[in-house]
Amino acid sequence: MKALIKRYRLFLGLLLVNLIVLGLWPEYGQKSVKITGSNLLEMLSVLPPIFIFIGLLDVWVERETMMQFMGEKSGLVGVLAAFLLGSAAAGPLYAAFPIAAIFLKKGCKFSNVLIFIGAWSTTKIPMLLFETSAMGWRFMLTRFLVDIPGIALIAYFTEKLLSKDEIQIIYGKSVSGTQS
Amino acid sequence: MFTFSLYLLCFVLLGVSLAKDRAKTLMALQQAWKSFENMLPQFLSIFIVIGLTLAVLSPATISRFIGQQSGWGGVVIGSLIGSVTLIPGFIAFPLAAALLQSGAGYTQIAVFISTLMMVGIVTLPLEIQYFGKKAALTRNSLAYVFSFVVAIIIGLVLT
Repeated sequence: MKALIKRYRLFLGLLLVNLIVLGLWPEYGQKSVKITGSNLLEMLSVLPPIFIFIGLLDVWVERETMMQFMGEKSGLVGVLAAFLLGSAAAGPLYAAFPIAAIFLKKGCKFSNVLIFIGAWSTTKIPMLLFETSAMGWRFMLTRFLVDIPGIALIAYFTEKLLSKDEIQIIYGKSVSGTQS
Repeated sequence: MFTFSLYLLCFVLLGVSLAKDRAKTLMALQQAWKSFENMLPQFLSIFIVIGLTLAVLSPATISRFIGQQSGWGGVVIGSLIGSVTLIPGFIAFPLAAALLQSGAGYTQIAVFISTLMMVGIVTLPLEIQYFGKKAALTRNSLAYVFSFVVAIIIGLVLT
């Protein structure tokens, strides 16, 4: 019980803040409760299948297979796989982090995981369709074409700026995160 | 619709897994629950922060900041709002389209959209939990700078 409270203390603190806001500025408080509620609902609808995929992937897909596709020596295939997997995704960016963790655990190259995160954040296919209808195809296409090299560059430099040890620590986290 | 296909695929895969190996499937579900529970505290916190931020930064407020003739100041403000807020695309794009119609520039809108998608200040604690401080901060900073590049190019192409 005590450990549970400790893990959730930030959440409980923020809940208290929200209650205070609700008391002092009911207009903002009610609005924020409404937004939080609808976000929670969205999360609860999208996340269960995502986490079940993570679980299935963890159990069924061999580390060797995953490494072949997106590992250290996967080259262009790995980069493309990362782009496609990220672009085929649904859901907000935070849902990509646990998936990224399982990819790391399975031995994917660090920069490929970063490309996956980048693609998930900006080139999701369902979102592109929506973007086109709201902003026009020129806006969408320009952004898309600039984003592709951008995602690769961000991944490349993020990996370069980290030392080998720092990357190893991140790989370590990915193992403990799903097994603890 | 998309969520529906996600569930469908999920059930099909679960069914196949179950048919092949009961024990392994059970293990997969346990793993799924562990990964979920592992991030739940951060998740819940993030949702409250998003709720509070968006209650203050409503679409009406945002359009006041990056509306007509806001110039470079508007670009910077647009990037900051995009970085701290977390608005799903199906709300953000119509908002952006409405802002354009009311006279905001393409550059301001593009930087807002780009930072909204790539930079996540609110989700930073979660990202740090998975990637560590340095990687998370580096990725977000690079994405922030890159958003200006995207915005400038979109500004040049579309105006």
